[in-house]
Amino acid sequence: MNKTTGVITGINGNMITVSFEGSVTQNEVGFAVRGDERLKSEVIRIQNNQAFLQVFEDTRELKVGDTVEFTDELLSVQLGPGLLGQIYDGLQNPLPELAEKFGFFLPRGVIMDALRPEQNEWEFTPLVRKGDRIKAGHALGTVPEGEFTHLIMVPFDFQGDFTVQNIVEKGKYRVNDPVVKIKGERNQTHELSMTFDWPVKLPITAYRRKLLPTEPMITKVRIIDTFFPVAKGGTYCIPGPFGAGKTVLQQITSRYAEVDIVIIAACGERAGEIVETMREFPKLTDPRTGKSLMERTIIIANTSSMPVAAREASVYTATTLGEYYRQMGLNVLLLADSTSRWAQAMREVSGRLEEIPGEEAFPAYLESRIAEFYERSGVVELYNGSTGSLTIGGTVSPAGGNFEEPVTQATLKVVGAFHGLSRDRSNARRYPAIDPLESWSKYSSVVDKKIIDDANRFLQKGSEVHQMMMVIGEEGTSVEDFIIYLKSEFLDAVYLQQNAFDKVDAATSPERQKYVSALIDDILNHDFEFESKDEARKYFYELRQKFIDWNYLKMDSEDFKKQEQSILTMIKGLNRDEKGV
Amino acid sequence: MKKVYNRILSVVGNVITVRAEGIAYGELAEISTRRGKSLAQVIKLDGDIVSLQVFAGSRGVSTSDEVRFLGHPMRVSFSENMLGRIFNGSGEPRDGGAAITEDVIPIAGPSVNPAKRIIPKRMIRTNIPMIDVFNSLVASQKLPIFSVSGEPYNELLARIALQAEVDMIILGGIGLKFDQYMYFRNVLEEGGALNRSIFFIHTASEPTVEGLMVPDLCLAVAEKFALKGKEVLVLLTDMTNFSDALKEIAITMEQVPSNRGYPGDLYSQLAARYEKAVDFDTAGAITILAVTTMPGDDVTHPVPDNTGYITEGQFYLRNGRIEPFGSLSRLKQQVNEDTREDHRAIMDGMIQLYAQYMESEEKRSMGFRMSAWDQKLLRYGKAFESRMMDLSVNIPLEEALDRGWTIMAECFEPHETGMRSDLISQFWPENGNTAAVSPDSAEESMVRSGKKSEPDSKKSSAKRKPAAKKKQAGPKKSSKKTDRSQARTKQAADSGND
Repeated sequence: MNKTTGVITGINGNMITVSFEGSVTQNEVGFAVRGDERLKSEVIRIQNNQAFLQVFEDTRELKVGDTVEFTDELLSVQLGPGLLGQIYDGLQNPLPELAEKFGFFLPRGVIMDALRPEQNEWEFTPLVRKGDRIKAGHALGTVPEGEFTHLIMVPFDFQGDFTVQNIVEKGKYRVNDPVVKIKGERNQTHELSMTFDWPVKLPITAYRRKLLPTEPMITKVRIIDTFFPVAKGGTYCIPGPFGAGKTVLQQITSRYAEVDIVIIAACGERAGEIVETMREFPKLTDPRTGKSLMERTIIIANTSSMPVAAREASVYTATTLGEYYRQMGLNVLLLADSTSRWAQAMREVSGRLEEIPGEEAFPAYLESRIAEFYERSGVVELYNGSTGSLTIGGTVSPAGGNFEEPVTQATLKVVGAFHGLSRDRSNARRYPAIDPLESWSKYSSVVDKKIIDDANRFLQKGSEVHQMMMVIGEEGTSVEDFIIYLKSEFLDAVYLQQNAFDKVDAATSPERQKYVSALIDDILNHDFEFESKDEARKYFYELRQKFIDWNYLKMDSEDFKKQEQSILTMIKGLNRDEKGV
Repeated sequence: MKKVYNRILSVVGNVITVRAEGIAYGELAEISTRRGKSLAQVIKLDGDIVSLQVFAGSRGVSTSDEVRFLGHPMRVSFSENMLGRIFNGSGEPRDGGAAITEDVIPIAGPSVNPAKRIIPKRMIRTNIPMIDVFNSLVASQKLPIFSVSGEPYNELLARIALQAEVDMIILGGIGLKFDQYMYFRNVLEEGGALNRSIFFIHTASEPTVEGLMVPDLCLAVAEKFALKGKEVLVLLTDMTNFSDALKEIAITMEQVPSNRGYPGDLYSQLAARYEKAVDFDTAGAITILAVTTMPGDDVTHPVPDNTGYITEGQFYLRNGRIEPFGSLSRLKQQVNEDTREDHRAIMDGMIQLYAQYMESEEKRSMGFRMSAWDQKLLRYGKAFESRMMDLSVNIPLEEALDRGWTIMAECFEPHETGMRSDLISQFWPENGNTAAVSPDSAEESMVRSGKKSEPDSKKSSAKRKPAAKKKQAGPKKSSKKTDRSQARTKQAADSGND
């Protein structure tokens, strides 16, 4: 096929201007050729016979007059078995293999196969027979990939109905080996292998319909699951100033979340943080499968010093991989850290295109891009009747820790849950530092609504009393108000806060959350009689200590029962009957 | 032969344009003006119009001046001969010595593959207790010193340079005042550290753009030495000047500013430099300490704000001391487990006590009567400030830990410190404080002084401690904020009493 070529006429930072003859597609990939190097770039604007391309690499030493080869393909990722457990850069180059081949530094202009087509063989089991009618997204066969059954599907962009002409026997094949031949309505035939490409900026829609996200996605973080839950297929965001614990919260979620697959997109953040995940995940075991956590994880690492244009792409790369596994009826969680860096990458490109800037120089289309990204989440009903989900959680790093900035505001418009981290809570070492009064969620919790309403009421009132005490002092506060304050502090200390470094406390199962929150609710609603504030304070501190000790005990252990008994004896006359506990 | 052009089309700010062909992006050129020669770098190509930023500034550039393209991007030579030498922002000697031209390497090279990074685990000792004990510096860490003009941040850098356990030091000065540059030179010379140092100095009197190259020059050289197995410490002062130079060029190039005039890529530009900090798996390491002065002492200013998101913690330098509260080394947990068993306990315990001292000090300054416990805390606080926090204190980690125990023994009874009993039995100095008031009488005296709420709240705070210890995830440091607010609550209570 005759591909278009062009010539560079201008270079400004990572953007090149190319004059071309023939046809060029928006978002098409082009290669700027300089000697042996081929620098990957993407068309982002076309004007008359000039195309503007953002280059995914350092543009130094390119010259006006250098050739650009257009590929006629949109920026794509390779889909197929072998993605799990991989560590990719923003353009799906496997980082460990790059390191093996090129050493310490990331080379320029190198493109590597994402799926190790030479090394890996897969046990293919056909699901269709000759003569079967199929269409895009239908499964042709399966291969086992770790714990999962990986579906080999008809590429999602195939239009119309197809008939299976030929399919290979069950056996071992490499990803690029042809396994099936299909014929379309107009007698065109295609040979399919186990892998195909998909353009990252287009959502995969080869499913029957999208459903409303209702089932909770368990993170085992109490304040999230109980108070600000996330649904499978839902979206949430975590904005917070630096040092408030965004990344730690993401790391905890990536470890304990009850989903099948976790995709971590480290987008423009410190390399050191992702190194910890990369080095530790292979050593940790997934409690659900007993295998290494890495086997259910894909890491997309485009850290802050890696090229900016690839940072913009990395979020889409991660989303596409998530959608691909959702097509197999799996529950996928995508964690993007941080979407602000992604938005900044858009801002840099927009600035070079000399577009009229919006607020804080972010492009005018910032909101729609953010909305598009989060809208790629969802629960979907697939053609075979099963459902799969993609949940998206993004951190936001607002400048100066101020939530009134464009990225946070645009994100809040489209997400289903908001976990706002507060500097005050992190300074007070109250982790996770999610602000219980600011945050919200539209999804349903694992515990009864009544318990949450009660708790919220006490948190609200407790905070009011606390503020009043700051002004008029403890002396001017009534014992009743003081007890409300103590109750809210108690709730905060024993339930909202959680020790991520303790084996037991780090992950609280939904059953335990229900069990413990019911007892806390009873305590909150119990009428305590105290002579003085000091007596009340002493009592609640003791109760808190017992509760915290309780949190560190395994739920099925003897000690757990004992500690519970000791708490119950402390609260004389606590009414536990009405809920039948 | 390289092409020479002598028709400069425009001079705007420090950027000139010429018409030329076959020029590479990022290429260097040499401009000969009546003032002498200056390097310039290609920052934009548009057809045959080439924009160059002139390092020596455009003052005195005439339209007929000669522009000679060198055919290569900015490079710096790299050799052992550079040790002890001082260069300017263009990489030329400024100490009168001969130019070094061997082994040239390009600057601002590719970034390190994350798959090749390792979890850092080597501590760098500086003999400054506020760093070694409370916020340990770790090889491959990138840490800014947040400070304001007038603070002795350069003095601190010079001391760290002299005392840090590293193989070599590379100092990058950006917009440095001349006397500060001389200060660094003299201090390192006197301390005998000059022969393991390399200076890249851009002084405030030189054109701003020349300073832009300094971090890249330092880090390119550092990277090569680190790959040869050297433990390199890179000191940069002041990164706010670097950011301002970026701003100047961005505005000259008519880029859309994002926040307070800074370009939208400020984060990426800073990250590209800071992320050069690395611990090579099989070779040396680069550690970066960089001064960032906060305009108006405002940490939400774009430069410190972006820096904070990039670096692994920060040191706040205020009133000539490293603040124990805001300062944080995110990597200290990686190393302070293996130093000495009391390290973490001293680190947490002394700061918690210091936080209580601040509370008492605030009460004292408000004119409240001091209880015996307050008196102890005041005594402790003063000792802590003069014998630990003061920047002139210069002792190794172990001695600092011992000194910590001594200070506590002089001021408190063992059980008042909240330290674990096994550590107390091991480390508490034998000839500890005998003159101290016993806790009972302390409580009595407090009751006498009319603060009835005091003993109880003290009990509860003692009870709170173990709870807090278990709960607190991550860096266990007493928080200034809550202590402050507790102090405020107590004051309010006290004043209500009065």
